[in-house]
This record gives sequence, C-alpha cells and structure tokens, in this order.
Amino acid sequence: MIRDQETLNVLLDTITRFVRERLVPNEALVAEKDRIPDELVAEMKELGLFGLSIPEEHGGMGLTMEEEVLATFEIGHASPCFRSLFATNNGIGGQGIVIDGTAAQKAHYLPRLVTGEIIGSFALTEPDSGSDAASLRTTAVREGDSYVLNGTKRYITNAPEAGIFTVMARTDPSRKGADGISAFIVERGTPGLSLGAPDEKMGHKGSHTCDVIFEDCRVPAANLIGEREGIGFKTAMKVLDKGRINIAAISVGVAERMLEDALRYACERKQFGKPIAEFQLVQAMLADSKAELYAARCMVIDAARKRDEGRDVGTEASCAKMFASEMCGRVADRAVQIFGGAGYLSEYGIERFYRDVRLFRLFEGTTQIQQLVIARNMIRAHNG
Amino acid sequence: MGSQARLEKHKESKNSHRSIALKILVPVKRVVDYNVKVRVKADGSGVDLANVKMSMNPFDEIAVEEAVRLKEAGVATEVVAVSCGVAQCQETLRTAMAIGADRGILVETDAELQPLAVAKLLKALCDKEQPTVVICGKQAIDDDANQTGQMLAALMGWPQATFASKVALADGKATVTREIDGGLETLEMNLPAVVTTDLRLNEPRYATLPNIMKAKKKPLETVKPADLSIDVAPRLATIKVSEPAKRSAGVIVADVAQLVEKLKNEAKVI
Ligand SMILES: Cc1cc2nc3c(=O)[nH]c(=O)nc-3n(C[C@H](O)[C@H](O)[C@H](O)COP(=O)(O)OP(=O)(O)OC[C@H]3O[C@@H](n4cnc5c(N)ncnc54)[C@H](O)[C@@H]3O)c2cc1C
Repeated sequence: MIRDQETLNVLLDTITRFVRERLVPNEALVAEKDRIPDELVAEMKELGLFGLSIPEEHGGMGLTMEEEVLATFEIGHASPCFRSLFATNNGIGGQGIVIDGTAAQKAHYLPRLVTGEIIGSFALTEPDSGSDAASLRTTAVREGDSYVLNGTKRYITNAPEAGIFTVMARTDPSRKGADGISAFIVERGTPGLSLGAPDEKMGHKGSHTCDVIFEDCRVPAANLIGEREGIGFKTAMKVLDKGRINIAAISVGVAERMLEDALRYACERKQFGKPIAEFQLVQAMLADSKAELYAARCMVIDAARKRDEGRDVGTEASCAKMFASEMCGRVADRAVQIFGGAGYLSEYGIERFYRDVRLFRLFEGTTQIQQLVIARNMIRAHNG
Repeated sequence: MGSQARLEKHKESKNSHRSIALKILVPVKRVVDYNVKVRVKADGSGVDLANVKMSMNPFDEIAVEEAVRLKEAGVATEVVAVSCGVAQCQETLRTAMAIGADRGILVETDAELQPLAVAKLLKALCDKEQPTVVICGKQAIDDDANQTGQMLAALMGWPQATFASKVALADGKATVTREIDGGLETLEMNLPAVVTTDLRLNEPRYATLPNIMKAKKKPLETVKPADLSIDVAPRLATIKVSEPAKRSAGVIVADVAQLVEKLKNEAKVI
C-alpha cells in the first residue's frame, strides 16, 4: 500500500541519491576495513534510515510493507553490508517489540531504535538449533521479578554493535517445541551477558555477527515481550514473515545493481572487434537475468501488498524469499561470467557482491526451509 | 561604549532582526536529473523526456539551502518555494519543503515556459507575497539560459547580484560575494533584491526522511497563470536541437615535425 505517491517519490529519490553519492563510493573502503566509517554511520542515522518501518507514533516513518520494499530495492544498489546495520532496527531487531511488545516496551525502546541511538539484534539461532529453531535450548527461569537466562546464541547480526537483543528462550522446559518459548528484550551491559569474538565471514564485510552468551543473566520480567510466556516463537515467526519479504527485496535490489554493472561492462568491453554485449551468448545471460529479476520484483511487491492488506502471507513471503534469493545467486554468477577474468578480481567489485549475496539463500530460513514451509502450507490447505 | 551597554545593544540588534519579518522566495525548477544522459528526439524538435528521471535543478537546491540556512540562523522568518510548470512540480516543491521551506506555491501549466514567462509569473507572485529577497539558481541545467533571475530583477526594478558565492543580509542590505572571471567581487545592495546562486555558495543537505514525511503536511497552494493575469505564450521558437558532434578517432603522429604540420594545415590552430 502506498499512502502518498508524491511523498514516496521524494523519499525514494533521496534514498537513491544517498546510495549513489555516499554509500557506493565507500563500498571498497568498508570491505577492506571491515568497518563502516563512523561519520557515514552518523549520516545514515541523520538521514533516518534506522526508523523506516517503526510506527510514526514512536518517531519512525511507519512505512507500509510496500513502501518499505521499494526503499529496500534502492538501498540494494549499494553493498548490502550498509543495509545490515540499519535493517535489524527496522526488521528482526525491532519488529518483535513493534508487533507484540507492550505499550511500555514500545515507548521505552522504539524511539531509540528510530534514531539509531541503539541497534537492535535478533537472537534465535543457537549452536545446535538453526533450521530447527523451535528446538532451541536457551532457558529462562522465572525468579521473583526477573528471569534468569542461560544459553548461547550463534551468528547474531549486529550483536557486536547492539544495544538490545530480542532473545528467544525456553520458559517451559516441559514443552519441547514452540509453545515453551518466550521472547525477551535484553539490554547490552546486563550482567551475565557476554559476546564472542566477531565471526570471520565469507562476505558482508563491514557487517558483523558473533555469539551472544547468557550465564545466569538476570532480565526484568517487564522485558518479557508482550508480558506473556509461550508466545515468543510466534512472535519470532511473525517477525520472520516480514523479514523474509525484506530479504527478498534486498535480493532484488542487489541483483539490479549487479545486472547494471554487468550490462555496462558488456557494452564497454570489446573482443573480436566488438562490444561483448553484441554476442548472443552474452545477451542470453543479460536477458535471463532481466526476466528473473522482473519476476522476483513482482513477487516481492505482491507479497508486500498482501501483507499491507492484513492477509496471512506466510506462503507468499517464503515463495518470494526463496525465488528472489536464488535468482540473486544466479544473477551474481552470470555477472561474474560477463566480467570474465575481471569478475574474479577484487578491483571490479563484482566478486564482492557474489560473496555477499550467498548469504541471502541461508539466513532467515534456508531455501530448503522455505520449500518446507511452502509445501506444508499447501498440504495443510488441501487437507483443510 | 561600556561592556554593559555593548551587551544591551547586542541584545537589541538580535531582537530587532527577530521581530522584522524577512521573507525569502525561492523559485525551484523541475529539470532532467543531472545523471541522465539526455537524448535528442529523432525529429530534432527537442529532448526526449518520456520516462526520464526528473529532479530539482541543482542550483535551485543551493538556493533553497541558502534560504533555509538564513532562516535557521534567525535572519529570515519565512521561506516560500515557488515552482512553475506541470503538476509534477509539486514533487519539487515537496523536496524544497523537506529541506526546510515553510510552504510552496505551484503555478501550474502544461505550456512550454520560457525565461521571460517565468520571470513574469514570479513578478506577479512577488507583488503578492512581497518577499525581501528572491534567491534563485543562476541557471537551470536543462536549457542553461541564465536569464530568469536577471529578468525578474528588471521587471521588479530591484537590484540584483548574480553568481553568488556568499550572501549576508543585515539592516536592510544584502552583501553578496560574486564569482567573476579571475576573482571575487563583493557587492552591497538595498533590499528587496534578487540573488542568483553559484555552485560554491553552499553544499545542500540531504532532506532527511522524517522531514520528507513532514513536508506532506506543509501548505501547498496551486494557481494558474491566468489567475495571475500572465500570458505565458512562448516568444521564441526552437528551430532545431541536435546532439553534440561525435569525437572522431585520433591519429598517432610520427614526430614533432608532423605534429606541427598537422596543427598548421589540418587543425589550423597555429
Ligand atoms: C551472516 C549470518 C547472519 C545471521 N544472522 C542471524 C541473526 O541475526 N539472528 C539469528 O537468530 N540467526 C542468524 N543467522 C543464522 C541463520 O538464520 C541460520 O544459519 C540459518 O537459519 C540456518 O541454520 P544453520 O546454520 O544451523 O543450518 P542447519 O539448520 O544446520 O542447515 C544445514 C543444511 O541442512 C539443510 N536442512 C536443515 N534442515 C532441513 C530439513 N528439515 N530438510 C531439508 N534440509 C534441511 C539446510 O537447508 C542447510 O542446507 C545468521 C547466519 C549468518 C550466516
């Protein structure tokens, strides 16, 4: 749903320009240093990128899902590590509070997520619980006015930078599945919370993940999201439904960027006396990429619109995430191919994207998990 | 003057320029985005604008930025953005309001507008709005005419300072530093006046995303040229538009003698 086309146009233009003038020129530097310069982070905060999807009553922009994916398409034209930094506030690190938080929790945390004063992280995955998230083992035991958390979370995006963590933990050990899980807001600096060393990753340099370790970490009971036990896994899944549409959107954005770069290269690079873009085998790679990209873009917008209409988009979100992230991988591969040997060299940047986008098929549910979700929903609908 | 008296005087002058209304009018033009590679229409009648990205003329952005800075510094009290052209110019006005203009006026018309017509429309608005200063871009990057500001100053009978690289307003006067060939020139002129901006006047900010959302709520008034009793009919006819000549391939000369010979006889530059 687009609330006001004119305002949205100005918003998207501004984002496009910021991406082109401020983010793209810094891509190589960020990758080399594995760090986004502080001044640039400050500019991103100033621009308002951390509050895109947080409701207006809490100081954010309250973008609808459709507006948000259109913004994400543009943001994807720069190295996706930039988005990672503010994506958790808008997405998995903030939405738990937006969707199921109490009024007090919203009022306390959301305004600070909007400005980027604090970074939010989402801690679901554990060393022994990834795709099978509902089997998580981190425990939260009620003691008076607080819960005591024990366990380890793994690969947590922005954990090194985070001010708050949305942590899924088991409050009812007698229930092994999803029903025993609750979600908590845990603040950085809480005694008993510690961080592992930043992970060495294949790509997304400049964005960081690490383990988050809870050892008798005492969290006020008021920080139980929704102040209800047993709904935490549902909260996490609602967050991920939205997150999956966003991963699909970023996949589209980055694929557009890679295809633009590949097209420009193909028109400039000459072999056998003419631009390689004139060879039909190269054209096939360009055309296949364009068509798949168009399909993915349409899927993302459709899923976003349906979510704005208040419909259950579990299936659509998974379809879009699966198709768009796989499409992005294929476009990355073709883009490297079109660049030839230059595609393998860091200098041209395309190999960096190739490594970066590999993640899209893995996190927030692997492709296989999306397949399971889609098929399960189909069968459930059939059996009634 | 004792320090106490100086302090009093300082307070007075601060208060005095607070209390005087100082309105700045900033005309903003919607032009082809500076990143777009423009194409000439096949029939040579103009530039192809179909599906081309449009944005605010960069010099006008500098003008809006300057006006907003003057307001933020407490010198100006109101900034009004004006755009003349098609309905989509509203977007350009919203951008100006997102940067910090207080309100917008659209003079809506689908007609082709030439500098004189725009200057006349702006005159009509100046008569109505009574601004203290008009700050416009020195030229628009589409037709590069560099005429509107000057024509407006002439129509209003106001002083003008073009190509400004520094602007200060105080005590009913504008002090403007201009970029001229080989140096800078500083002018002082009485207000009201017209100032046109050069590239180095300031570096425009990005409108923040929350301010873009808030700009939606700022007032935007739409008028038609007829409401202002202005005839905007073109006075000039475009006969032909053509692409710049393609650069032809270079040649490698054998020695200095051949180079000199070619410069003399082929290029005829020496
Ligand atoms: C850079 C990065 C950032 C991340 N950020 C976060 C974060 O912020 N918060 C968070 O909680 N998590 C985060 N994750 C974790 C991520 O969501 C998980 O890695 C992902 O869900 C997969 O889990 P796993 O790594 O344990 O793989 P596994 O579950 O062990 O899967 C291994 C393989 O087995 C396949 N597989 C597993 N089960 C099945 C099945 N039933 N049927 C068919 N195939 C199956 C998978 O598809 C995969 O191919 C991040 C991961 C990375 C790499």
